[in-house]
Amino acid sequence: MSRARMALIWAGLAAAIAVPLAAAATSPLLAWRDPIYIAAGFAGVVAMTLLLVQPLLVGGYLPGLTAPRGRRVHRGIGVVLVTAVAVHVAALWVTSPPDAIDALLFVSPTPFSDWGVIAMWAVLAAAMLAAFRRRLRLPPRAWRLGHTALAAVTVACSVVHAMLVEGTMETVSKAALCALVVLATVKVGADLRVWAIRR
Amino acid sequence: MSAGPFTRRTLLAAGSAMAATWASGLLVPAWAQGVPPTPSMRGGSNNYLPGAPVVQRIGGVGFWMTGTVRRAGDGAPLAGQRIQIWAHTTEGYERDPHSHGATLTDSNGEFRLDMPQIVPTFGQPHGHLAYDSGEFETVFLRPVMASAKDTSLHADFVLKPV
Repeated sequence: MSRARMALIWAGLAAAIAVPLAAAATSPLLAWRDPIYIAAGFAGVVAMTLLLVQPLLVGGYLPGLTAPRGRRVHRGIGVVLVTAVAVHVAALWVTSPPDAIDALLFVSPTPFSDWGVIAMWAVLAAAMLAAFRRRLRLPPRAWRLGHTALAAVTVACSVVHAMLVEGTMETVSKAALCALVVLATVKVGADLRVWAIRR
Repeated sequence: MSAGPFTRRTLLAAGSAMAATWASGLLVPAWAQGVPPTPSMRGGSNNYLPGAPVVQRIGGVGFWMTGTVRRAGDGAPLAGQRIQIWAHTTEGYERDPHSHGATLTDSNGEFRLDMPQIVPTFGQPHGHLAYDSGEFETVFLRPVMASAKDTSLHADFVLKPV
């Protein structure tokens, strides 16, 4: 791969992450929120950007981070992703406990919170599957299908969640990030033929 | 061949009459009930602080919370009913006491309270309203603004006597 192409890929990824974050940082809503509520929103945006990084790493699409290095970074980013989701939920809980409890119990008046909570459980389950991979002793194909399915649920539900929320994310950059996340996930699933039986 | 006393025509007539009787039987209780009471909305009571004082306005102005209060059944407007209002505005959170206020309905059962602009919180620009005075069953509403740029929000209560 040429140096120019490598630089282009990394610059593209940096822009895909930085633009939605920068756009959210200029949201007028921030003026009426305290630091904890602002942190809650940004933890959600960060988690969304990490959902883009994860499939790119596992697919080995990032120059310099091809397998197995990409896989190792994928595991590290996975920990950061789960942490971001935890911060998102915890900070929302601190901001308005009744609204957070309604969401977690699936009795919220806002449909997007159901999608967010499903995505939260899916990402947690995907992370658990990864953390206890050895101990679970699953056949490789079953593990791969399970982890991929949970990741796909996480991506799909997170995208619906994000698109329905009227929050600090700017609409166009939010839609673009969501589209990239879906594309990257579908591409890695197809490229790695996750359903295949390997010997 | 003479037609018997029971022809196709009488069958149709009798059948329609029976159907009409059955259908009106379904309708009559609905009419008797009249205007149905407003049910509480999901999440309506979130961040409710009982006993918000009756105020001229909540903080700064620029946003109108409007609505009506009627009695279930006959739909008669209810005057002098206390409606409590709170929201996340440009001046505070839903949980902040200064974001809460109450107002009374006029002789037409209408209320109108001036308050700061409501801003989106928890993903939706919305307000909270409560009827909790005891004479009628408690109702919590959580109307959502069609656009965050709206400068008013409307909510209608139909209250059921206790």
